[in-house]
Amino acid sequence: MTTSPANSTAPAESRRTGLIVFAWLWVGIPLAYGVYELVLKAAQLFTG
Amino acid sequence: MQSANLAVDLPNRVVGFLEFATMTPPLAPAGWSRWLVPPAALSVHLSIGQAYAWSVFKPPLESALGLSGTASALPFQLGIVMLGLSAAFGGTLVERKGPRWAMTVALCCFSSGFLIAALGAFTEQYWLIVFGYGFVGGIGLGIGYISPVSTLIKWFPDRPGMATGIAIMGFGGGALIASPWSAQMLDSFGAGSEGIALAFLVHGLVYAVFMALGVLLVRVPPPGYRQGGDDGPRPAPGAAKPVAGALISTAQVSAKSAVRTPQFWCLWVVLCMNVTAGIGILEKAAPMITDFFAETDAPVSVSAAAGFVALLSAANMAGRIGWSSTSDLIGRKNMYRVYLGVGALMYLLISRFGDSSKPLFVLCALVILSFYGGGFATVPAYLKDLFGTYQVGAIHGRLLTAWSTAGVLGPLIVNRVADSQEEAGRSGSGLYGLSFTIMIGLLVIGFVANELVRPVHPRHHVPAPREAADDHVTSEQHRTG
Repeated sequence: MTTSPANSTAPAESRRTGLIVFAWLWVGIPLAYGVYELVLKAAQLFTG
Repeated sequence: MQSANLAVDLPNRVVGFLEFATMTPPLAPAGWSRWLVPPAALSVHLSIGQAYAWSVFKPPLESALGLSGTASALPFQLGIVMLGLSAAFGGTLVERKGPRWAMTVALCCFSSGFLIAALGAFTEQYWLIVFGYGFVGGIGLGIGYISPVSTLIKWFPDRPGMATGIAIMGFGGGALIASPWSAQMLDSFGAGSEGIALAFLVHGLVYAVFMALGVLLVRVPPPGYRQGGDDGPRPAPGAAKPVAGALISTAQVSAKSAVRTPQFWCLWVVLCMNVTAGIGILEKAAPMITDFFAETDAPVSVSAAAGFVALLSAANMAGRIGWSSTSDLIGRKNMYRVYLGVGALMYLLISRFGDSSKPLFVLCALVILSFYGGGFATVPAYLKDLFGTYQVGAIHGRLLTAWSTAGVLGPLIVNRVADSQEEAGRSGSGLYGLSFTIMIGLLVIGFVANELVRPVHPRHHVPAPREAADDHVTSEQHRTG
């Protein structure tokens, strides 16, 4: 983060890991569903 | 008993949430990771990207309410118009109030737009659907679109292209999620007016919860934050990465001054031309690939054409994150040289050899669509390079009028030209030859406009001490935000 307090903020940042994982799953799971559906449709170009 | 208490308590909780969302300056506490900001932005963009899946509701609305195809497109069209207007006119307010306020406004407008539309469908009052989804929801689209841009750029000064690319990729991804989800919902609830109303209601509620993550997580960086972040390099204050072809300014320009600079209007032309060229393919993708190979030994079936359209969506989305991140390495001006120059070359290849090779046609179209997406995602970082971070969100909002213009221009050119060529007795790939030539011309105009981009003249800079510019900006946002 800032230049001098970087070391002191490091433990706090590691405590945020769970929140980061949760936040990315929150948006990543629906996006993965959308991409999966897209791949199924796109495959029709080669099979249809 | 518990549920009764919850029902009584719910309004208080909602009021408490809104107070938090609109009044608290979202300044990051110590230890806040910048990697929490992209998912906050994505939660908003993945939601509002639903707008491009509106077509799912068109057939059921037409049969349930006896509408024409033109009438059933009205909510979407009004929504896109409101997106442009609210982004252009609300940008300065978004800068002043901060990202959390903006995301809350986006949440309230987008969600309540669906709820009003649900009431409209239930009572079979179509004007309520147009007003709710198009007008109210459209304000949510515009404010939501620009809400995280400035904040992401401030958190990722070392990788602004990647950061905004993630968010703007979400806008493309939103339609991918909503399209199958909405279709499944209509299958379950029924395609009558009550089924559509229920689907709108569920959309409004689910999107409100989904977007709330953005409101809760978004934070502005603390005063003095100016380096590469928690795992990046730490250049000296005001230092720019020595990227070839880069035009990175350390000075700040206000939104009001920016629109008076030739650089803004050059970028406006660049974006407008790039988007128009992308729409040139997008607008008629399915009939285009069918027509191109109709007179060959391997004609394209309807389902294969649908697969082609889906593949184009994937290229559009991949281009947003891929090319925008690449622009951090090669510089924004060079990136647009590629979008516009190579884009024109791709159009040339399609028009000359497209009907002789299906793989070549598909490859060129995918590249063009990836450049279309990349152009959207890279432009906030280009603005940041030229005008600084001070009011980059507001400037971006004003620039989006180029998108609205291209949204009218692109389909108009492609459809008018295709119709006139059909009337002239042409068929197959001959229907599109003139359109492609026009697209090449537009891309060349965009290329020239990009070449004309130079550093902004110092008379447009915000009169603040150069070394303290970033601190000033962050403090300003903290004070008002």
